[in-house]
Amino acid sequence: MASTQTAAAGHEKYYVPESSSLAVRATIGLVMTVFGAGLLLNDMTFGDPEASTNSKWVLYIGLAFFAFTLASWFRITIKENLQGLNSAQLNHSYVLGMFWFIFSEVMFFAAFFGALFYVRQLAGPWLAGEGEGGRMNGLLWPGFEFAWPPVTTPQEAVGGVDAQAIANNGIFGTSERSMAFADAHHWYQWLPMWNTLVLLSSSFTVHVAHTALLKDQRGKFNLWLGITVGLGIFFLFLQAAEYYEAYAHFGLTLNSGIYGSTFFMLTGFHGFHVAMGMTMLLIQLIRSVKNKHFTASDHFGFEASSWYWHFVDVVWVFLFLFVYIL
Amino acid sequence: MGDHHHGPAKGLSRWLFTTNHKDIGTMYLWFSFAMFILGGAFAMIIRAELFQPGMQLVEPGFFNQMTTLHGLVMVFGAIMPSFVGLANWMIPMMIGAPDMALPRMNNWSFWILPPGFLMLASTLFMEGGAPAFGWTFYAPLSTTYAAPSVTFFIFAIHILGVSSIMGSINIIATVMNMRAPGMTYMKMPLFVWTWLITAFLLVAVMPVLAGAVTMMLMDIHFGTSFFSAAGGGDPVLFQHIFWFFGHPEVYIIILPAFGVVSQIIPAFSRKPLFGYASMVYATAAIAFLSFIVWAHHMYTVGMPVAGELFFMYATMLIAVPTGVKVFNWISTMWRGALSFETPMLFCIGFLVLFTIGGFTGLMLSIAPADFQYHDTYFVVAHFHYVMVAGAVFSMTAAVYYWLPKWSGRMYNENMGKIHFWVSFIGFNITFFPQHFVGLAGMPRRIPDYALQFADFNMMSSIGAFIYGASQILFLYNVIATIVSGKRVTDDRVWDGAEGLEWTVATPAPYHTFEVPPAIDPTPAHG
Repeated sequence: MASTQTAAAGHEKYYVPESSSLAVRATIGLVMTVFGAGLLLNDMTFGDPEASTNSKWVLYIGLAFFAFTLASWFRITIKENLQGLNSAQLNHSYVLGMFWFIFSEVMFFAAFFGALFYVRQLAGPWLAGEGEGGRMNGLLWPGFEFAWPPVTTPQEAVGGVDAQAIANNGIFGTSERSMAFADAHHWYQWLPMWNTLVLLSSSFTVHVAHTALLKDQRGKFNLWLGITVGLGIFFLFLQAAEYYEAYAHFGLTLNSGIYGSTFFMLTGFHGFHVAMGMTMLLIQLIRSVKNKHFTASDHFGFEASSWYWHFVDVVWVFLFLFVYIL
Repeated sequence: MGDHHHGPAKGLSRWLFTTNHKDIGTMYLWFSFAMFILGGAFAMIIRAELFQPGMQLVEPGFFNQMTTLHGLVMVFGAIMPSFVGLANWMIPMMIGAPDMALPRMNNWSFWILPPGFLMLASTLFMEGGAPAFGWTFYAPLSTTYAAPSVTFFIFAIHILGVSSIMGSINIIATVMNMRAPGMTYMKMPLFVWTWLITAFLLVAVMPVLAGAVTMMLMDIHFGTSFFSAAGGGDPVLFQHIFWFFGHPEVYIIILPAFGVVSQIIPAFSRKPLFGYASMVYATAAIAFLSFIVWAHHMYTVGMPVAGELFFMYATMLIAVPTGVKVFNWISTMWRGALSFETPMLFCIGFLVLFTIGGFTGLMLSIAPADFQYHDTYFVVAHFHYVMVAGAVFSMTAAVYYWLPKWSGRMYNENMGKIHFWVSFIGFNITFFPQHFVGLAGMPRRIPDYALQFADFNMMSSIGAFIYGASQILFLYNVIATIVSGKRVTDDRVWDGAEGLEWTVATPAPYHTFEVPPAIDPTPAHG
């Protein structure tokens, strides 16, 4: 070793784990999952609808294997922390990792919000004959008028899929009603508002739980964390009810033009993230109740999950504003 | 789990289960070279077909698959992973860290790459063929008119994105958290700085790319209308989202290259880097600007004039920080005790050719002029000057520069110099004539061309075969070095080399800096 490798004072040894099979196992699970999903989707769209395939089993087995691997990965990480292998420096690596992971999620949502703003501010008016894209309207979509939520799709405006001047790429019919407040018959029947209240209060309850944990009050912590998880489940239930309404009574589907596309993709990905965050919090609750994990000074699993929860809450505030209200 | 030192495990399990940044870096580097050969083979098919006008070797549809896969494999398989491999090897050694911050995730970031590319390459054998819509996969070519294999293409992009995001988070955490005491931000080698900023770019834009391909997936399989005007969406929306990712992606590729050159030029000039702080700020400025210039790829799509002007001026601004960098490199060499070993040759080649590529980029940034250049071979020439002579040349320089430290053996200098000159000449024969045919109007991504372009295209193809062949020489030189190169015993392999990585033994031990090194408290960069 070279002579410069003298120790600098006051620096703990950084724990570098021994070789580990987790990465390869997680790879197998992830690749099986997406390969199975690809096969399944192609069977669905391009395949013979009568033929039975095994592709869904590739997906299911892949997913199960992936979930199992991730679970053991987290179990090992928790165990290492309990063994005292984690220095303050290592814990800070986890903090940075979680922070930048959440940032990447923010950017994922930004793509879908960007699509929403682009369609509402630029593409929609152009299709209806405004500004630079004006000529398109007369040539391709005569009679289309743009409004938000849309009253018709351009395809419907020209008289259906067979009447449109450019190639057919699907049938897009407008919904009868949107999810905007204007379409709600009574304010108290307007689900999005209840969803907002539920999710905002859950952000508050998780904060109360955190405060209790900082004072080492386990009972209070478990109670408020439990309430948070309950509110998360309630949110998902309300959203399921909303989707049911949309499909069954409003004619609002993925196929109902760009309103349905942006609505379901934004709220759907958000709902998926709520489910993820809720699962994360639930696992922390089980750890606390069953294993008495977490102390006032050492509770990163909970803290990271609560950051994630606040993040899905903030995304929802933007959703509520731009998808439902404005 | 005591303090005993142990080397690598034996056999295959060493590579499958490793958490060691050097092992993982090595795997990234070899994988990226394999992808470089694969993407190069696709390029050879393209150039063979374009050797003469008319259709000779392949079907037009297959030609389109080749241009698509060549771009995807080179960008996502060769260039990006090669720099991630370099980051893995060098960053911990440069900042005095025992390893990357999150070693198991590091291994995962690598191991999902090979199956991801296997899935992408397997589309070649699927019904309807591989993706044939260009590496930019514009809708509706990639949605309404795509072969069923597009589904696997989409999932492959998702996997590559996950790998990049995890790799970047690891690099950010390593640089922010693992620096040895005394290694302040403004003491970090420039390669570490450029990678830190690159990692921010990756975490910011890879999710946007994931969003774009997810919208494609929904349009194809679930009847949404993001990219269909008939439903109220817009195909141009795809281009905006893609290039919001795509333009920062260009800097993701070139910033680490800047970092490499900023390490090597001072070493062979025997002078500290000129203008270290301005290099850091220029890198940050380029990264910031990269987010507000994306629509310069879309001048001809029909944007409002205000948009064209905004993106034109913003794009031209990038020339300022880039110019700062070029002048700093030249000033570093000024009155230095220069010597021209292979890494330095590749860096000087980089400097000359990247500057040419930068200037053609400035030409392309002029919106009214771009209406003539758009989608011609001029664009192809421009971005190959940046991607090949920029990124690949600097990566090659990096391999020659650090290979003695990695392997403990010196490469064959004469063979290295021959590799440089054959590459340099072959590269210019390939791509310089493409400026001319492009300006004269030859469109890109078309397997046939008008007769007046025949001579320049034949030159281009001959140059491409020369450049391709020179990489075999490179591969031979690297393998010969590892197997039987002359042993290097000096820790500081190059007499002008600076930095912590040259203070550890040669070859670099399996574990370095398990205890943080002491850093000289005086400012390293005046």
